[in-house]
Order: sequence, then C-alpha cells, then structure tokens
Amino acid sequence: MKNENVIEVENLTKAFGAFKAVNAISFEVKKGEIFGFLGANGAGKTTAIKMLIGISHPTSGKAKVVDFDVYTQPEAIKRNIGYMSQRFALYDDLTVQENINFFGGIYGLSRKAIRQKSKDSLVELGMHEISSKLVGSLPLGWKQKLSFSVALLHEPKIVFLDEPTGGVDPITRRQFWEMIYKAADQGTTIFVTTHYMDEAEYCDRVSIMVEGKIEALDTPKNLKQQFKVASMNEVFLKLARNIE
Amino acid sequence: MKRFIGFIRKEFYHIFRDRRSLFILFGMPIAQILLFGFAITNEINNVNIAILDHSKDTSTLEIINKISNSKYFSIKQIISREAEIESVFQKGKIKAVLNFEKDFGRNLIKKKSAQIQIITDATDPNTANSITNYINAILQNYLQEKNKSIQLDYQIIPQTRMVYNQELKSVFLFVPGVMTIILMLVSAMMTSISITREKELGTMEILLVSPLKPFQVIIGKVVPYIFLSIINAAVIVLLSIFIFKMPVEGSLILLGAESVLFIITSLALGILISTISDTQQSAMMISLMGLMLPVILLSGFIFPISSMPAPLQVISNIIPAKWFIIIIKGIMLKGVGLAFVWKETLILIGMTVFFIAVSVKKYKIRLD
Amino acid sequence: MRTIGYIVQKEFKQIFRNKGMLPIIFILPILQLVILSNAATYEVKNIKFAYIDADRTSTSRSLIEKFNASSYFDVLMDFPSNKIANFAMLAGEVDVVLEIPIHFERNLIKEKSATLGISINAIDGAAAGLESVYINQIIQGYNRDIRVSLMDTSHRSIKPINISSSPSFWYNTSLDYKTFMVPGILVLLVTMITLFLSGMNIVREKEIGTLEQINVTPIKKSQFIMGKLFPFWIIGMGLLTIGLILAKLIFNTPMLGNIPLLYLYTSIYILVILGMGLLISNFTDTQQQAMFIAWFFIVIFILMSGLFTPIESMPQWAQIFTEINPIKYFVEVMRMVLLKGAGLQVILPQLLKTLAYALVMNALAVWSYKKVN
Repeated sequence: MKNENVIEVENLTKAFGAFKAVNAISFEVKKGEIFGFLGANGAGKTTAIKMLIGISHPTSGKAKVVDFDVYTQPEAIKRNIGYMSQRFALYDDLTVQENINFFGGIYGLSRKAIRQKSKDSLVELGMHEISSKLVGSLPLGWKQKLSFSVALLHEPKIVFLDEPTGGVDPITRRQFWEMIYKAADQGTTIFVTTHYMDEAEYCDRVSIMVEGKIEALDTPKNLKQQFKVASMNEVFLKLARNIE
Repeated sequence: MKRFIGFIRKEFYHIFRDRRSLFILFGMPIAQILLFGFAITNEINNVNIAILDHSKDTSTLEIINKISNSKYFSIKQIISREAEIESVFQKGKIKAVLNFEKDFGRNLIKKKSAQIQIITDATDPNTANSITNYINAILQNYLQEKNKSIQLDYQIIPQTRMVYNQELKSVFLFVPGVMTIILMLVSAMMTSISITREKELGTMEILLVSPLKPFQVIIGKVVPYIFLSIINAAVIVLLSIFIFKMPVEGSLILLGAESVLFIITSLALGILISTISDTQQSAMMISLMGLMLPVILLSGFIFPISSMPAPLQVISNIIPAKWFIIIIKGIMLKGVGLAFVWKETLILIGMTVFFIAVSVKKYKIRLD
Repeated sequence: MRTIGYIVQKEFKQIFRNKGMLPIIFILPILQLVILSNAATYEVKNIKFAYIDADRTSTSRSLIEKFNASSYFDVLMDFPSNKIANFAMLAGEVDVVLEIPIHFERNLIKEKSATLGISINAIDGAAAGLESVYINQIIQGYNRDIRVSLMDTSHRSIKPINISSSPSFWYNTSLDYKTFMVPGILVLLVTMITLFLSGMNIVREKEIGTLEQINVTPIKKSQFIMGKLFPFWIIGMGLLTIGLILAKLIFNTPMLGNIPLLYLYTSIYILVILGMGLLISNFTDTQQQAMFIAWFFIVIFILMSGLFTPIESMPQWAQIFTEINPIKYFVEVMRMVLLKGAGLQVILPQLLKTLAYALVMNALAVWSYKKVN
C-alpha cells in the first residue's frame, strides 16, 4: 500500500446561517484505506460527505478528492467516485438488471462492459436468478448490497458509503463488510460512515465527529489505547461525554 | 380524544410550517377570483370588424357610424374587395365583415329595401352568432328611427325584465363557478395527496399501528383542510360581495352552511381518491385530470347544462359541483331559502355519505 | 447522446410499468375529448318557457303557438298567476315567463297597440341576451302577421323601408360548436398531461431520494434534463396524434390546413410546457407543492386562453396579460390551421413567440436545476 492521499481536507466548513454544521475539519485519507467516519446523528457526517462528493458547496476551507478540487472540479470528482446514500436510492419500479444498466449507462460504461460487470456482480451477490425482479420487492438487506455493487460499477477510486448498514440484520451486515474488504483489497478506497461501533473496529482508521468537529482520528487500536478503554464504543461514549 | 387532538395539531403544524404551500393555498384562490371576476366574460364587446362598402352613401355612413358608436364593435379596417375577406379572417383579428351592396342608399329609397351581408368568422360560433344578432339589432334600431314618420299600427310592445341580474353582468355567472372549482379542487386534491403521501413515505403504517383508530387518522388529516377551505370560501364570498358587488339576497348563514357541506363533499371525494391510488402522482393525476375538465365543463359553470345533449345532461348529475352552483346562485342571486334548495342539499349529503361509505369499504379490504 | 438514451429508456420503462398511471395518461384524456367536447356549447336551446295567459283569446293563443313552434323553446306550462310563475323561476323550473295581460287582444285591435310582459332569468347574462333576441324575433314575426291580417289595403301602400341582412358564417357554416371546441379541448389535454407529468417527475425523484444518486454521477445537467423531458415530449405528440384521429373520425372536425405544420408548432409548444414543468419541479420540494403551482397556472391559462370565452371581450389589461399565455397561442394555431387552413405565413407570429418562450423557459429550467446545493 503506497502512502498516497486520495482525499485531503483542510479546515472544511459548511455553515447554515450562524450554525456551523461542519466546523473546520481537516484530515487525509490514503489510497486503499477503509476510513471510518463516525459520529452521532446530527454530528455533521452527511453534510461533510455531500461536500466531498460535489453536491454541496463548502462555505470555506479546502478539499481535494482524487486530486480534484471540490470547488472547481466537482464533475471530475463524480467520475471517480461511487456513492451510496443512507436513503435507499435505486429505482423501486425498475428491475435489478434495469437499475444496473441504467446507472452503468449514465456513468458512460460501454454496453459490453455493462453486460460483463452486471453478470459478475449478480453472480457475486447471488442475485442471478432474480435479476428481472422489481427492486421494490426485495428485502432491505439485498437492496443495500445491490446499491453497493451499483456504486462500484464504474470502478471508482473512492466509494462513499453513508450508513450503508442501517436497519440491516447482523448476518447481512457481516456479508456487507466482506464486500467492503474485497473492494478495498482491489485498491478501492472506502469512506464509510456508521454508528455501529463494532463496525468501527473493522476500519483501518476512524475519525470521530462531534458537533461539527473532528475530535479524534487514528487507528481503532491507538484510539482505544489513548482513551484507555477496551472497545470503540467506550471511546465514542467518552468523547461524547467530554463534549457535554 | 387527547391523543386525537394531538394528532390534529401535528397536521396543522405540517401545513403551517410549509409557508410556500400555505401561500399558494390562500394566495391562489384570491388571485384567481380577482383575475377571473374581472377578466372573464362570455359577452362580446369591442369586437373588431371590417367594412366593405360598395355604395358609400349617406345611409351606409349613418349605419357605419351607429355601429362604431356601439360598445360592442370597433371598426378596425375598411376593405374594398371581397377577395380581401379571406386574408383578413386568416389573420384572426377581425371577426366580421359588413358588406353593403352596391347602390345601397338608392335601393333603400327607391325600392324601400336594401341588402347587407354580415360575414362572420364562425370558427367561434358563439361570437359569430352574437355579432350577427347585435348587428341586426342595430339595423332594426336604425330602421325604426327612419320609419318614425310612418305610424305603425297594431304594435306589440314587449317589456322585458331581466330577473336576478338586470345589467346582465357575467360576473354573476362566473363567480359562483370559480368559487366552486376552487373549493372542489383544493379540497379534493389536498386531502387525496396528503393521505397518499403518508402511504408513499411509509408513515401511514406507523399511524395505523398507533392506538388511533383508522377513521381518526383520516379525520385528523382532513380537519385542517376543512378549516383552510372554510377560510378560502369566506374570503371568496367577501371578495365577490365587496369587489364584484354580488348581492347576497338570501341568508348568509345558509350560504356558509352549504359551503361547509360542499367542502366536506369534496374532502370525502379526496379521501375516496386516496383509497384507490398508491402514489401521490396517481392521486394528483386523478384529481387534476379527472376532476378539472368535468368540473369546468359539466357543472354549468360556463356552459348551460340545458343546451347539452341529453346523455351529458344525465352525466352532469353526478358532478357535485353542479348542485353546489345551483345552491349558491339560488342563495346569492335569487335569495331563496332552504325550502328551494333542499333537494340539491340532500343530493350533496347523499354523495358525501356515498363517498365515505365506499372509502371505508375499500379501506377495509386493504387491511385484510 | 448515449447517456440521454439511458435516461429516456428508464423513464419509458417507469411510465409503462405504472399500471395505475397508464389509463390516466392515455384513456382519461381521450374519454374527456370524446365526451366533454359535446358539453362545451354556448348554444341556447331547450329554453324552459312558461306563460301566463290572462287574456285567453285566439290572439294570445296563437302567439303562444308561435313559441311552441320555435325550436328554441320548450313550452312548459301555463301558470295561473304571477306569483306562481315567480316561484317556479326561483326554483329554477323555468327561465322565461311570458305574461299576456288581460285585454291584450282588445287593446291590440282597438288601441292598435298592446304590451307583453317578459321575464328572463338573467343570471347567465349572455344566455339571457340571446333569449331576449329570440323572443323579440318571434314577437316581431307575429306582429308582422297581425299587421298583414288586420290592416286594410289602403294602409298597406305606405311601405316602411327595410334592410334585409343575410348572415354568412365562414369556416363553420352550421355554427357547430364541436368544430370549435374539439381542437381547443385537445390543446388542453395535451397541455395538462405534459405539464403535470413533467412538473411532478423531477420533484418526485427529489422526494424519494434517487435524484441525489443521479447528482453524484458525472452526468451533465442538460443531458439529464433532455433525457427526462424527451419521453413526455413523445407522449404529448402521441396524444396529439390520437386526438386528431379521433377528431376526424368521431367529430369530423375539418382539417383544412397543413398537418405537418401543426406538428411543427406542437413540437415547439410542448417544449414550453415541459420547460415550465421542470421549472416548477426545481423550485419545489414536494410533489404536493409542485402540483399546486401547476394547478394554479393551468387554471389561469385555461380560462384566459380564449378557449371558452373570447379574449377580445376581456378588459385591455387582461388582454395584455394573455400575451404570456402559451395555451392561448396553441389554441389560436390549432383553430387557425385546422379550421381556416392557415399556412406558415399566417401563424408565424405565434410560432416565433412560442419558440422564444420555449428557449426562455428551458434556459431558466436548466439554469435553475442545481446539481449542487
């Protein structure tokens, strides 16, 4: 793994009026890393992600994603990243195959590439048989896995996952993380938010956001040592309590 | 009960927090009633006409003057050949051409009879017909003046009384119609959408598993709209009284009560629509596409129902708006009481009960 | 281009998969065209006519007979008194009451003049005006007959002057309302369907969250918008086609003009409406808001379009206002081309204004569509 940064953020801020949803955060994410972006609900995680993926203008600060500036080159960023939002965002009234074709198509993949890719992912997901079923009729866990595959379709350098496992059963969560590891092994950088603290343990490095600021950033192991606790959950609770 | 009131309060918050919708909800009816009250009329006035005068003598001049002095017509063009008529009509601004025959004045004196041709652009048959009638009336008037010297015997003099609307203001026809269409569409559309919205967002299930009974949920959703619509109705009535000088010959209280009834009928229709549609999109399309044109066309709002083909007259009976328009016209313009509109009132009540009954039935099937 | 193709494909799939919407998009408008076109008539006929005959002579009876013979009037009943007649008018059972006073015949013969009372329900002022015209025509005709039969020959030599006017109704000799209304209602249906569908479409994706997913893709604004609108453009043109075929088959609407010209105009017109729908979509957060705004504009545009009521009769300020009403132009063009056979030369002003409108609307729509907040 080379020590090459794919995300560089410096004093990034988003203010809504007087309220700073994201308050001067700075961090780097290295290539191929699984970067956990933690925080309580309303800590500003989703706002921060939206700035990084180019659908929200920062108020101030600097950010580069895959060498592109978020202010001036949001479209170039979009070509190089995948995104899976906390709201399920595939089309319920299209089939599994049609969703894949559609998103592949608008990312500009060739017909042949789409065919190959969708075959691979469907086999991997075990959804080969149900590829002509409407997505709306699938259980949530399947939808989330499908969403993830769709986000990977155009082989992005970074994938942003915004609470990908919310509301999903433990077994599916497990499978989901296996998919994440596999993608990371192939060199894709993973930027993931979650509030399951056990999932934080799976990350290479985590940052913890509290009220718009990053209060801690290190490997899970170092963080636990630093706060002298046994689990990430306790790290998190300690941090939150300190702020209050 | 407390829970129920809490729920209604939540619905009010939803509506009042959404300023944009609120603005539309109150602003639109006012804007519409003002615009239509002033602008829409099915009378004709200031119709552009052209003159083709082959005679050019004193009598044609007199007639032309008479026509240009009337408020109905303004003479925009003088043409000299029949062939020009086509191109004049094609452009669409001129609606009629008056064609005086050659030697019109001489014929009038010598033969006591002269010919005039009223050529109208009858793509709009109503305007064409009205133009022809009005010009004929002006010609008759002209003749009467000319024939004054000759005492006509055996005259029948009709004394016409225009009842309920002496000045033939078309506002009297349109204001009740606009009021109806606004109340109907706002109420039916808003309820059907707000209920299907909860269905679509999945929040309906949450409400249904709450201790609230299903009908309480529905009533809770509808109550705020009843209030909104009542305010709308009141504003419209005030505007029509103070700005359009509509009389309220009958009881204001009865007018209010009937309006509330009609609002409830519309809301019930909205509920019914929401039971048959799963998405906001289809609820809206049904209430807009399905209601708008039938309400405008079959309610007697613009077009007289009695002139429609018999099957359509029958169909018009299922349009709640038709009955409400009869009721408002009766109360406001004719000054009748419940004794005259009880039948229409009962029909509206019956429709409301029917809509609710069908909704309840559909709803039950869904839950099973 | 290929990207647009994917979006178009997706939209069509979604439209045709929605079994609930299909009938609303296609069947409902057609049904309305076929049925409602019959309703839109200003013709005044079947006038509910009643009379009070206090005279009860052969003269009064023959006058009533005249009304009976007219196709405009349904002679309902003979009321014994004014009070009862007023009551019936209040109840809406009659529209016109003719009151023949006592001694009508005697006055006419002895005093050579007699009066008649006529009451007309004038709530619909325009209809009342027409009714009054028809009544006067009948009475005057009757008056002439009476004169001829009562006057002695010596009197007849003094002949009053007369102007005979002959009406000539161009483009619609039989004054058929359906000829006038079918093209207009077709305009409405095409407009309503395309506006509502496009107005709701993008805001719907906003509401369910798929729009955000689209916004993180590298797709260009213009590609996305074109891909979104194209299916509705097709649906609009399809509706026009079905509508024209039905107009020909069922109503035998005259189609004097150049049909490709009509299609050319419509193809531009629909862009105006789609741009408008998109603009509404961009400025709203929920489908409810979007529909409300769309509804507001469409009601104003419909009633101010000259479709049901003549624009020339509106006050000056309102006429100026109609200049920004796209439906007005479409109604005009439709009627001009179909009924009058107008060519490109004649509809050029409408065509150019619509084109300008389309450019402005779509520029605004693309500009206000934000991929980034």
